[in-house]
Amino acid sequence: MTTLPQTTERKLGLVIDLDTCVGCHACVISCKGWNTENYGAPLSDTDAYGGDPSGTFLNRVHSYEVQPEAGAAQLIHFPKSCLHCEDAPCVTVCPTGASYKRVEDGIVLVNETDCIGCGLCAWACPYGAREMDAVEKVMKKCTLCVDRIYNENLPEEDREPACVRTCPAGARHFGDFADPDSNVSKLTAERGGMELMPEQGTKPVNRYLPPRPKDTIETDQIDILAPYLAPVAEEATGFLGWLDKTLEKL
Amino acid sequence: MHPAPSVIFFTVFSGIGFGLLFFLGLGIPAVTGWTAFAFFVIAYLCAVGGLISSTFHLGHPERALKAFTQWRSSWLSREGWCAVIALILMGLYGAGLVFFGQHWGLIGFLGSVFSVLTVFTTSMIYTQLKTIPRWNTPLTPAMFMSFSLSGGALLAGQTTWAMVLIAIAAAIQIVLWMQGDGALAGSGTDLATATGLGTGGSVRAFEPPHTGTNYLLKEFAYTVGRKHSQKLRIISIGLFAVLPVVLLLLPFSHFIALLAVASHVAGALAARWLFFAEAEHVVGLYYGKR
Repeated sequence: MTTLPQTTERKLGLVIDLDTCVGCHACVISCKGWNTENYGAPLSDTDAYGGDPSGTFLNRVHSYEVQPEAGAAQLIHFPKSCLHCEDAPCVTVCPTGASYKRVEDGIVLVNETDCIGCGLCAWACPYGAREMDAVEKVMKKCTLCVDRIYNENLPEEDREPACVRTCPAGARHFGDFADPDSNVSKLTAERGGMELMPEQGTKPVNRYLPPRPKDTIETDQIDILAPYLAPVAEEATGFLGWLDKTLEKL
Repeated sequence: MHPAPSVIFFTVFSGIGFGLLFFLGLGIPAVTGWTAFAFFVIAYLCAVGGLISSTFHLGHPERALKAFTQWRSSWLSREGWCAVIALILMGLYGAGLVFFGQHWGLIGFLGSVFSVLTVFTTSMIYTQLKTIPRWNTPLTPAMFMSFSLSGGALLAGQTTWAMVLIAIAAAIQIVLWMQGDGALAGSGTDLATATGLGTGGSVRAFEPPHTGTNYLLKEFAYTVGRKHSQKLRIISIGLFAVLPVVLLLLPFSHFIALLAVASHVAGALAARWLFFAEAEHVVGLYYGKR
Protein backbone atom coordinates (compact mmCIF):
# COMPACT_ATOMS: atom_id res chain seq x y z
CA MET A 1 0.00 0.00 0.00
CA THR A 2 1.17 3.50 -0.70
CA THR A 3 -0.43 4.94 2.40
CA LEU A 4 2.18 5.51 5.09
CA PRO A 5 2.15 3.60 8.39
CA GLN A 6 1.12 5.72 11.42
CA THR A 7 4.18 4.56 13.32
CA THR A 8 6.90 2.02 12.71
CA GLU A 9 8.19 -0.41 15.35
CA ARG A 10 11.78 0.60 14.65
CA LYS A 11 13.26 3.55 12.76
CA LEU A 12 16.37 2.25 11.07
CA GLY A 13 18.59 4.86 9.50
CA LEU A 14 22.01 6.43 9.22
CA VAL A 15 23.95 9.12 11.00
CA ILE A 16 26.46 10.79 8.70
CA ASP A 17 29.26 12.72 10.35
CA LEU A 18 30.15 15.73 8.19
CA ASP A 19 33.06 16.48 10.51
CA THR A 20 34.71 13.15 9.80
CA CYS A 21 33.88 12.45 6.15
CA VAL A 22 36.99 12.81 4.01
CA GLY A 23 35.16 12.64 0.67
CA CYS A 24 36.85 9.44 -0.57
CA HIS A 25 33.67 8.10 -2.26
CA ALA A 26 34.35 4.57 -0.93
CA CYS A 27 30.72 4.40 0.28
CA VAL A 28 29.54 5.25 -3.26
CA ILE A 29 31.53 2.39 -4.76
CA SER A 30 30.69 -0.23 -2.13
CA CYS A 31 27.00 0.71 -2.41
CA LYS A 32 27.08 0.35 -6.18
CA GLY A 33 28.93 -2.96 -5.91
CA TRP A 34 26.63 -4.56 -3.34
CA ASN A 35 23.39 -3.32 -4.89
CA THR A 36 24.38 -4.29 -8.42
CA GLU A 37 25.21 -7.87 -7.44
CA ASN A 38 22.40 -8.54 -4.95
CA TYR A 39 18.77 -7.50 -4.28
CA GLY A 40 16.75 -6.17 -7.22
CA ALA A 41 17.63 -5.02 -10.71
CA PRO A 42 21.35 -4.21 -11.20
CA LEU A 43 22.43 -0.55 -11.22
CA SER A 44 23.24 0.02 -14.87
CA ASP A 45 25.87 2.19 -16.52
CA THR A 46 25.44 3.57 -20.02
CA ASP A 47 28.41 4.48 -22.23
CA ALA A 48 30.62 3.57 -19.26
CA TYR A 49 33.88 3.69 -21.27
CA GLY A 50 32.80 6.33 -23.81
CA GLY A 51 32.70 10.09 -23.92
CA ASP A 52 29.37 10.56 -22.13
CA PRO A 53 29.22 8.10 -19.23
CA SER A 54 26.16 7.99 -17.00
CA GLY A 55 24.94 5.55 -14.39
CA THR A 56 22.57 4.78 -11.55
CA PHE A 57 23.87 5.31 -8.02
CA LEU A 58 21.99 5.13 -4.70
CA ASN A 59 24.55 7.21 -2.83
CA ARG A 60 26.51 10.23 -4.04
CA VAL A 61 29.06 12.50 -2.35
CA HIS A 62 28.78 16.25 -2.97
CA SER A 63 31.35 18.77 -1.73
CA TYR A 64 30.40 22.21 -0.43
CA GLU A 65 32.39 25.24 0.63
CA VAL A 66 31.16 27.24 3.60
CA GLN A 67 32.49 30.80 3.78
CA PRO A 68 32.09 32.41 7.21
CA GLU A 69 31.80 36.20 7.56
CA ALA A 70 35.48 36.34 8.54
CA GLY A 71 38.25 33.81 8.21
CA ALA A 72 39.04 30.90 5.97
CA ALA A 73 36.42 28.89 4.08
CA GLN A 74 35.71 25.31 5.14
CA LEU A 75 35.31 22.43 2.69
CA ILE A 76 32.68 19.85 3.62
CA HIS A 77 32.14 16.50 1.93
CA PHE A 78 28.49 15.60 1.92
CA PRO A 79 27.31 12.03 1.22
CA LYS A 80 23.63 11.87 0.26
CA SER A 81 21.33 8.86 -0.02
CA CYS A 82 17.71 8.06 0.89
CA LEU A 83 16.78 9.49 4.31
CA HIS A 84 13.93 6.96 4.84
CA CYS A 85 11.53 9.79 5.78
CA GLU A 86 8.68 9.22 8.23
CA ASP A 87 6.39 11.32 5.99
CA ALA A 88 7.88 10.04 2.75
CA PRO A 89 6.23 11.98 -0.12
CA CYS A 90 7.65 9.48 -2.62
CA VAL A 91 5.46 6.71 -1.15
CA THR A 92 2.08 8.43 -1.21
CA VAL A 93 2.35 9.61 -4.84
CA CYS A 94 2.97 6.07 -6.16
CA PRO A 95 -0.04 4.95 -8.24
CA THR A 96 0.72 1.21 -8.18
CA GLY A 97 1.72 0.49 -4.59
CA ALA A 98 5.26 -0.35 -5.68
CA SER A 99 6.73 2.16 -3.19
CA TYR A 100 6.12 1.42 0.45
CA LYS A 101 7.43 2.08 3.94
CA ARG A 102 7.87 -1.00 6.11
CA VAL A 103 5.95 -1.09 9.39
CA GLU A 104 8.56 -3.25 11.14
CA ASP A 105 11.65 -1.08 10.60
CA GLY A 106 10.64 2.02 8.61
CA ILE A 107 12.75 1.20 5.54
CA VAL A 108 11.35 2.73 2.31
CA LEU A 109 11.50 0.18 -0.51
CA VAL A 110 10.37 -0.26 -4.12
CA ASN A 111 8.73 -3.49 -5.26
CA GLU A 112 10.33 -3.52 -8.70
CA THR A 113 7.83 -5.93 -10.27
CA ASP A 114 5.01 -3.43 -9.56
CA CYS A 115 6.92 -0.29 -10.67
CA ILE A 116 5.61 1.17 -13.95
CA GLY A 117 8.53 3.60 -14.20
CA CYS A 118 6.39 6.77 -14.19
CA GLY A 119 9.05 8.67 -12.23
CA LEU A 120 6.57 10.55 -10.04
CA CYS A 121 8.23 9.37 -6.78
CA ALA A 122 11.54 10.87 -7.92
CA TRP A 123 9.69 14.13 -8.64
CA ALA A 124 8.23 14.08 -5.12
CA CYS A 125 11.59 13.48 -3.38
CA PRO A 126 13.38 16.76 -2.48
CA TYR A 127 16.72 15.00 -1.90
CA GLY A 128 17.33 13.34 -5.27
CA ALA A 129 17.43 9.98 -3.50
CA ARG A 130 15.63 8.09 -6.27
CA GLU A 131 17.04 7.44 -9.72
CA MET A 132 15.27 5.76 -12.64
CA ASP A 133 17.50 3.04 -14.05
CA ALA A 134 18.15 3.78 -17.73
CA VAL A 135 18.26 0.09 -18.69
CA GLU A 136 15.79 -1.62 -16.33
CA LYS A 137 13.29 1.32 -16.48
CA VAL A 138 12.36 0.91 -12.82
CA MET A 139 12.99 3.25 -9.89
CA LYS A 140 16.07 2.48 -7.80
CA LYS A 141 16.76 3.73 -4.31
CA CYS A 142 18.73 2.95 -1.14
CA THR A 143 17.36 -0.19 0.58
CA LEU A 144 19.45 0.40 3.69
CA CYS A 145 20.98 -2.90 2.52
CA VAL A 146 17.91 -4.80 3.66
CA ASP A 147 19.58 -7.91 2.23
CA ARG A 148 22.63 -7.49 4.50
CA ILE A 149 21.28 -6.24 7.83
CA TYR A 150 19.09 -9.33 8.45
CA ASN A 151 21.29 -11.78 6.52
CA GLU A 152 22.32 -14.65 8.80
CA ASN A 153 24.61 -16.05 6.11
CA LEU A 154 26.94 -13.09 6.68
CA PRO A 155 29.31 -12.76 9.66
CA GLU A 156 27.73 -10.52 12.30
CA GLU A 157 30.07 -7.58 11.69
CA ASP A 158 28.91 -7.46 8.06
CA ARG A 159 25.21 -7.13 8.98
CA GLU A 160 25.12 -3.39 8.37
CA PRO A 161 24.73 -1.32 5.19
CA ALA A 162 27.63 -1.63 2.73
CA CYS A 163 28.38 2.12 2.92
CA VAL A 164 28.71 1.98 6.72
CA ARG A 165 30.80 -1.21 6.64
CA THR A 166 33.27 0.24 4.13
CA CYS A 167 33.72 3.81 5.43
CA PRO A 168 37.45 4.10 6.31
CA ALA A 169 36.91 7.26 8.37
CA GLY A 170 34.06 5.94 10.54
CA ALA A 171 31.87 8.78 9.33
CA ARG A 172 28.75 6.63 8.85
CA HIS A 173 26.71 5.01 11.62
CA PHE A 174 23.73 2.65 11.33
CA GLY A 175 21.10 2.05 14.00
CA ASP A 176 17.57 2.39 15.36
CA PHE A 177 16.40 5.97 15.98
CA ALA A 178 13.32 4.70 17.85
CA ASP A 179 15.60 3.42 20.63
CA PRO A 180 16.87 6.39 22.69
CA ASP A 181 19.88 4.33 23.87
CA SER A 182 21.07 3.33 20.40
CA ASN A 183 24.40 4.58 19.02
CA VAL A 184 22.64 6.76 16.43
CA SER A 185 20.23 8.34 18.97
CA LYS A 186 23.11 9.14 21.30
CA LEU A 187 25.26 10.63 18.52
CA THR A 188 22.32 12.75 17.34
CA ALA A 189 21.69 14.04 20.86
CA GLU A 190 25.37 14.74 21.67
CA ARG A 191 26.37 16.39 18.40
CA GLY A 192 23.13 18.16 17.42
CA GLY A 193 22.26 15.88 14.50
CA MET A 194 20.30 17.84 11.90
CA GLU A 195 17.51 17.14 9.39
CA LEU A 196 17.92 18.16 5.74
CA MET A 197 15.24 20.51 4.37
CA PRO A 198 13.04 20.37 7.51
CA GLU A 199 10.69 22.90 5.87
CA GLN A 200 9.67 20.29 3.28
CA GLY A 201 7.89 18.41 6.07
CA THR A 202 9.24 14.99 5.13
CA LYS A 203 10.51 14.16 8.67
CA PRO A 204 13.70 12.43 7.51
CA VAL A 205 15.02 9.63 9.75
CA ASN A 206 18.70 10.01 8.76
CA ARG A 207 20.61 12.71 10.59
CA TYR A 208 23.73 14.72 9.68
CA LEU A 209 26.27 15.73 12.33
CA PRO A 210 27.46 19.29 11.66
CA PRO A 211 31.19 19.91 11.13
CA ARG A 212 33.03 21.19 14.20
CA PRO A 213 34.64 24.63 13.86
CA LYS A 214 38.22 24.34 12.64
CA ASP A 215 41.26 25.81 14.40
CA THR A 216 41.78 29.47 13.59
CA ILE A 217 44.50 30.30 11.12
CA GLU A 218 46.67 33.23 12.21
CA THR A 219 47.09 35.08 8.96
CA ASP A 220 49.19 37.95 10.38
CA GLN A 221 51.95 35.61 11.62
CA ILE A 222 55.37 36.15 9.95
CA ASP A 223 56.46 33.13 7.97
CA ILE A 224 60.09 32.53 8.95
CA LEU A 225 60.66 30.24 5.94
CA ALA A 226 59.47 32.78 3.38
CA PRO A 227 62.91 34.40 2.73
CA TYR A 228 64.29 31.02 1.73
CA LEU A 229 61.55 30.57 -0.85
CA ALA A 230 62.34 33.78 -2.78
CA PRO A 231 63.44 33.22 -6.41
CA VAL A 232 67.22 32.73 -6.55
CA ALA A 233 67.97 34.05 -10.06
CA GLU A 234 65.99 37.23 -10.55
CA GLU A 235 68.06 38.53 -13.49
CA ALA A 236 69.06 36.23 -16.33
CA THR A 237 72.83 35.98 -16.79
CA GLY A 238 75.18 34.60 -19.46
CA PHE A 239 73.84 33.90 -22.95
CA LEU A 240 70.17 34.27 -21.88
CA GLY A 241 71.04 37.60 -20.21
CA TRP A 242 72.70 38.86 -23.42
CA LEU A 243 69.71 37.62 -25.50
CA ASP A 244 67.27 39.31 -23.14
CA LYS A 245 69.13 42.63 -23.35
CA THR A 246 69.55 42.43 -27.13
CA LEU A 247 65.88 41.66 -27.72
CA GLU A 248 64.99 44.46 -25.32
CA LYS A 249 66.97 46.97 -27.46
CA LEU A 250 65.30 46.04 -30.75
CA MET B 1 12.03 19.94 -15.23
CA HIS B 2 12.62 18.00 -18.42
CA PRO B 3 9.72 18.89 -20.77
CA ALA B 4 8.81 15.40 -22.05
CA PRO B 5 6.84 15.76 -25.32
CA SER B 6 4.55 12.85 -24.35
CA VAL B 7 3.41 14.60 -21.17
CA ILE B 8 2.98 18.02 -22.86
CA PHE B 9 0.90 16.41 -25.63
CA PHE B 10 -1.09 14.41 -23.07
CA THR B 11 -2.00 17.32 -20.76
CA VAL B 12 -2.95 19.67 -23.63
CA PHE B 13 -4.98 17.27 -25.77
CA SER B 14 -6.68 15.25 -23.05
CA GLY B 15 -7.49 18.59 -21.39
CA ILE B 16 -9.19 19.86 -24.55
CA GLY B 17 -10.91 16.48 -25.12
CA PHE B 18 -12.37 16.32 -21.62
CA GLY B 19 -13.27 20.03 -21.90
CA LEU B 20 -15.33 19.25 -25.01
CA LEU B 21 -16.91 16.22 -23.27
CA PHE B 22 -17.87 18.53 -20.38
CA PHE B 23 -19.91 20.74 -22.74
CA LEU B 24 -21.36 17.80 -24.68
CA GLY B 25 -22.50 16.16 -21.43
CA LEU B 26 -24.44 19.30 -20.52
CA GLY B 27 -26.13 19.24 -23.93
CA ILE B 28 -24.12 22.17 -25.32
CA PRO B 29 -24.56 22.13 -28.29
CA ALA B 30 -27.75 20.05 -28.31
CA VAL B 31 -26.81 17.65 -31.09
CA THR B 32 -28.08 14.20 -32.05
CA GLY B 33 -27.39 11.66 -34.80
CA TRP B 34 -24.37 12.03 -37.06
CA THR B 35 -23.62 15.58 -35.93
CA ALA B 36 -23.31 14.26 -32.36
CA PHE B 37 -21.19 11.38 -33.69
CA ALA B 38 -18.70 13.87 -35.22
CA PHE B 39 -18.45 15.86 -31.96
CA PHE B 40 -17.90 12.72 -29.88
CA VAL B 41 -15.26 11.35 -32.28
CA ILE B 42 -13.27 14.59 -31.96
CA ALA B 43 -13.59 14.60 -28.16
CA TYR B 44 -12.56 10.93 -27.84
CA LEU B 45 -9.63 11.35 -30.27
CA CYS B 46 -8.26 14.20 -28.14
CA ALA B 47 -8.98 12.64 -24.72
CA VAL B 48 -7.94 9.05 -25.50
CA GLY B 49 -5.06 10.12 -27.78
CA GLY B 50 -3.69 12.21 -24.92
CA LEU B 51 -4.08 9.38 -22.41
CA ILE B 52 -2.31 6.91 -24.73
CA SER B 53 0.47 9.46 -25.26
CA SER B 54 0.95 9.68 -21.48
CA THR B 55 1.84 5.97 -21.35
CA PHE B 56 4.84 6.61 -23.64
CA HIS B 57 6.81 8.15 -20.80
CA LEU B 58 6.33 5.07 -18.61
CA GLY B 59 9.25 2.69 -18.21
CA HIS B 60 6.90 -0.30 -18.08
CA PRO B 61 3.58 0.58 -19.80
CA GLU B 62 2.62 -3.12 -19.78
CA ARG B 63 2.04 -2.80 -16.02
CA ALA B 64 -0.14 0.33 -16.35
CA LEU B 65 -3.28 -1.44 -15.03
CA LYS B 66 -1.62 -1.61 -11.60
CA ALA B 67 -1.97 2.18 -11.45
CA PHE B 68 -5.68 1.75 -10.64
CA THR B 69 -4.96 0.23 -7.24
CA GLN B 70 -3.82 3.21 -5.11
CA TRP B 71 -6.70 5.69 -5.50
CA ARG B 72 -6.81 6.19 -1.71
CA SER B 73 -3.46 8.03 -1.67
CA SER B 74 -2.25 8.77 -5.20
CA TRP B 75 -3.53 11.55 -7.48
CA LEU B 76 -2.11 9.70 -10.49
CA SER B 77 -4.24 6.67 -9.62
CA ARG B 78 -7.32 8.86 -9.07
CA GLU B 79 -6.75 10.44 -12.46
CA GLY B 80 -6.83 6.99 -14.06
CA TRP B 81 -10.17 6.16 -12.38
CA CYS B 82 -11.79 9.53 -13.23
CA ALA B 83 -10.70 9.24 -16.88
CA VAL B 84 -12.11 5.72 -17.26
CA ILE B 85 -15.40 6.58 -15.51
CA ALA B 86 -15.80 9.77 -17.58
CA LEU B 87 -15.11 7.93 -20.84
CA ILE B 88 -17.59 5.12 -20.01
CA LEU B 89 -20.36 7.53 -18.94
CA MET B 90 -19.85 9.80 -21.94
CA GLY B 91 -19.71 6.74 -24.22
CA LEU B 92 -23.16 5.66 -22.95
CA TYR B 93 -24.50 9.21 -23.19
CA GLY B 94 -23.03 9.63 -26.70
CA ALA B 95 -24.52 6.28 -27.83
CA GLY B 96 -27.93 7.50 -26.67
CA LEU B 97 -27.59 10.73 -28.68
CA VAL B 98 -26.13 9.14 -31.81
CA PHE B 99 -28.03 5.86 -32.16
CA PHE B 100 -31.28 6.38 -30.26
CA GLY B 101 -31.77 10.16 -30.47
CA GLN B 102 -32.20 10.10 -26.69
CA HIS B 103 -30.87 12.75 -24.30
CA TRP B 104 -30.04 10.87 -21.08
CA GLY B 105 -29.50 14.01 -19.01
CA LEU B 106 -28.36 12.42 -15.76
CA ILE B 107 -25.68 10.27 -17.43
CA GLY B 108 -24.51 13.29 -19.42
CA PHE B 109 -24.35 15.44 -16.29
CA LEU B 110 -22.34 12.80 -14.38
CA GLY B 111 -20.08 12.40 -17.43
CA SER B 112 -19.45 16.18 -17.37
CA VAL B 113 -18.62 16.09 -13.67
CA PHE B 114 -16.11 13.25 -14.14
CA SER B 115 -14.61 14.97 -17.22
CA VAL B 116 -13.82 18.04 -15.11
CA LEU B 117 -12.62 15.82 -12.26
CA THR B 118 -10.21 14.10 -14.66
CA VAL B 119 -8.57 17.42 -15.54
CA PHE B 120 -8.54 18.41 -11.85
CA THR B 121 -6.85 15.16 -10.80
CA THR B 122 -4.27 15.59 -13.61
CA SER B 123 -3.45 19.05 -12.31
CA MET B 124 -3.17 17.77 -8.73
CA ILE B 125 -0.37 15.39 -9.78
CA TYR B 126 1.72 18.53 -10.34
CA THR B 127 0.18 20.76 -7.66
CA GLN B 128 0.90 18.31 -4.81
CA LEU B 129 4.69 18.47 -5.33
CA LYS B 130 6.26 20.65 -2.62
CA THR B 131 9.58 19.93 -4.32
CA ILE B 132 8.57 22.19 -7.24
CA PRO B 133 7.45 25.47 -5.62
CA ARG B 134 6.33 26.93 -8.98
CA TRP B 135 3.62 24.24 -9.24
CA ASN B 136 2.72 23.98 -5.56
CA THR B 137 -0.15 26.54 -5.71
CA PRO B 138 -3.96 26.49 -6.16
CA LEU B 139 -3.37 28.44 -9.40
CA THR B 140 -2.07 25.26 -11.06
CA PRO B 141 -5.45 23.44 -11.03
CA ALA B 142 -7.15 26.73 -11.96
CA MET B 143 -4.83 27.04 -14.98
CA PHE B 144 -5.32 23.44 -16.12
CA MET B 145 -9.11 23.62 -15.79
CA SER B 146 -9.45 27.02 -17.48
CA PHE B 147 -7.34 25.80 -20.42
CA SER B 148 -9.40 22.61 -20.64
CA LEU B 149 -12.74 24.43 -20.60
CA SER B 150 -11.68 27.16 -23.04
CA GLY B 151 -10.41 24.55 -25.51
CA GLY B 152 -13.63 22.58 -25.00
CA ALA B 153 -15.81 25.65 -25.56
CA LEU B 154 -13.89 26.45 -28.78
CA LEU B 155 -14.42 22.93 -30.13
CA ALA B 156 -18.06 22.94 -29.02
CA GLY B 157 -18.56 26.10 -31.11
CA GLN B 158 -19.60 28.19 -28.10
CA THR B 159 -18.15 31.52 -29.24
CA THR B 160 -19.14 33.64 -26.25
CA TRP B 161 -18.16 31.02 -23.66
CA ALA B 162 -14.89 30.45 -25.50
CA MET B 163 -13.94 34.14 -25.43
CA VAL B 164 -14.80 34.52 -21.73
CA LEU B 165 -12.98 31.31 -20.73
CA ILE B 166 -9.91 32.14 -22.86
CA ALA B 167 -9.68 35.53 -21.15
CA ILE B 168 -9.88 33.82 -17.74
CA ALA B 169 -7.24 31.25 -18.77
CA ALA B 170 -4.93 34.02 -19.99
CA ALA B 171 -5.32 35.98 -16.74
CA ILE B 172 -4.62 32.89 -14.60
CA GLN B 173 -1.63 31.92 -16.75
CA ILE B 174 -0.08 35.40 -16.49
CA VAL B 175 -0.48 35.48 -12.69
CA LEU B 176 0.95 31.93 -12.47
CA TRP B 177 4.01 33.01 -14.47
CA MET B 178 4.57 36.14 -12.37
CA GLN B 179 4.05 34.35 -9.05
CA GLY B 180 6.11 31.38 -10.24
CA ASP B 181 9.22 33.47 -10.91
CA GLY B 182 9.57 34.10 -7.19
CA ALA B 183 8.20 30.77 -5.97
CA LEU B 184 11.49 28.98 -5.32
CA ALA B 185 13.00 31.98 -3.51
CA GLY B 186 9.80 32.31 -1.45
CA SER B 187 9.59 28.62 -0.57
CA GLY B 188 12.20 28.84 2.19
CA THR B 189 14.21 25.98 0.66
CA ASP B 190 17.74 26.93 -0.37
CA LEU B 191 21.22 25.43 -0.32
CA ALA B 192 21.55 26.33 3.37
CA THR B 193 18.49 24.29 4.42
CA ALA B 194 19.32 21.54 1.90
CA THR B 195 22.73 20.95 3.47
CA GLY B 196 22.05 22.21 6.99
CA LEU B 197 25.35 24.11 6.72
CA GLY B 198 23.88 27.62 6.65
CA THR B 199 24.74 28.46 10.26
CA GLY B 200 28.49 28.44 9.52
CA GLY B 201 28.38 30.99 6.69
CA SER B 202 27.36 31.13 3.05
CA VAL B 203 27.29 27.75 1.30
CA ARG B 204 28.34 27.14 -2.28
CA ALA B 205 28.50 23.94 -4.28
CA PHE B 206 32.22 23.29 -4.64
CA GLU B 207 32.46 19.93 -6.42
CA PRO B 208 29.67 17.85 -7.97
CA PRO B 209 29.56 14.16 -7.00
CA HIS B 210 30.17 13.02 -10.57
CA THR B 211 31.85 14.43 -13.67
CA GLY B 212 29.23 13.14 -16.15
CA THR B 213 25.51 13.70 -16.18
CA ASN B 214 22.87 11.54 -14.50
CA TYR B 215 19.10 10.97 -14.25
CA LEU B 216 18.68 13.73 -11.67
CA LEU B 217 20.39 16.40 -13.79
CA LYS B 218 18.57 15.35 -16.99
CA GLU B 219 15.15 15.17 -15.32
CA PHE B 220 15.27 18.02 -12.79
CA ALA B 221 17.93 20.53 -13.81
CA TYR B 222 16.67 21.34 -17.31
CA THR B 223 17.57 24.94 -18.13
CA VAL B 224 17.42 25.26 -21.93
CA GLY B 225 14.07 27.07 -22.01
CA ARG B 226 14.90 29.82 -19.55
CA LYS B 227 16.83 32.03 -21.99
CA HIS B 228 13.86 32.75 -24.23
CA SER B 229 11.11 32.36 -21.66
CA GLN B 230 9.84 35.96 -21.85
CA LYS B 231 9.56 35.82 -25.65
CA LEU B 232 7.91 32.41 -25.50
CA ARG B 233 5.39 33.67 -22.94
CA ILE B 234 4.37 36.52 -25.24
CA ILE B 235 4.16 34.20 -28.27
CA SER B 236 2.11 31.72 -26.26
CA ILE B 237 -0.39 34.34 -24.98
CA GLY B 238 -0.70 35.72 -28.52
CA LEU B 239 -1.47 32.29 -29.95
CA PHE B 240 -3.73 30.76 -27.30
CA ALA B 241 -5.61 33.92 -26.26
CA VAL B 242 -5.26 37.07 -28.38
CA LEU B 243 -5.46 35.62 -31.90
CA PRO B 244 -8.38 33.21 -31.22
CA VAL B 245 -10.44 35.97 -29.56
CA VAL B 246 -9.79 38.34 -32.50
CA LEU B 247 -10.77 35.58 -34.94
CA LEU B 248 -13.95 34.78 -32.97
CA LEU B 249 -14.97 38.46 -33.10
CA LEU B 250 -14.94 38.29 -36.92
CA PRO B 251 -18.09 37.14 -38.76
CA PHE B 252 -18.36 33.37 -38.16
CA SER B 253 -17.13 30.88 -40.74
CA HIS B 254 -15.92 27.32 -40.27
CA PHE B 255 -12.51 28.18 -41.73
CA ILE B 256 -11.97 31.04 -39.25
CA ALA B 257 -13.14 28.79 -36.38
CA LEU B 258 -10.61 26.15 -37.46
CA LEU B 259 -7.86 28.79 -37.50
CA ALA B 260 -8.88 29.90 -34.00
CA VAL B 261 -8.70 26.29 -32.74
CA ALA B 262 -5.29 25.67 -34.38
CA SER B 263 -3.88 28.89 -32.94
CA HIS B 264 -5.26 28.12 -29.46
CA VAL B 265 -3.78 24.60 -29.46
CA ALA B 266 -0.37 25.84 -30.66
CA GLY B 267 -0.32 28.50 -27.92
CA ALA B 268 -1.45 25.99 -25.28
CA LEU B 269 1.36 23.61 -26.31
CA ALA B 270 3.90 26.44 -25.96
CA ALA B 271 2.50 27.43 -22.55
CA ARG B 272 2.62 23.80 -21.37
CA TRP B 273 6.20 23.42 -22.62
CA LEU B 274 7.11 26.44 -20.48
CA PHE B 275 5.16 24.96 -17.54
CA PHE B 276 7.62 22.06 -17.46
CA ALA B 277 10.80 23.72 -18.78
CA GLU B 278 10.65 26.63 -16.31
CA ALA B 279 9.79 24.53 -13.25
CA GLU B 280 12.68 24.43 -10.77
CA HIS B 281 12.98 21.25 -8.67
CA VAL B 282 14.69 21.81 -5.31
CA VAL B 283 17.10 18.91 -5.95
CA GLY B 284 18.92 21.28 -8.33
CA LEU B 285 20.08 23.15 -5.21
CA TYR B 286 22.35 20.24 -4.25
CA TYR B 287 24.11 20.66 -7.60
CA GLY B 288 24.35 24.45 -7.26
CA LYS B 289 22.06 24.81 -10.28
CA ARG B 290 19.58 27.28 -8.82
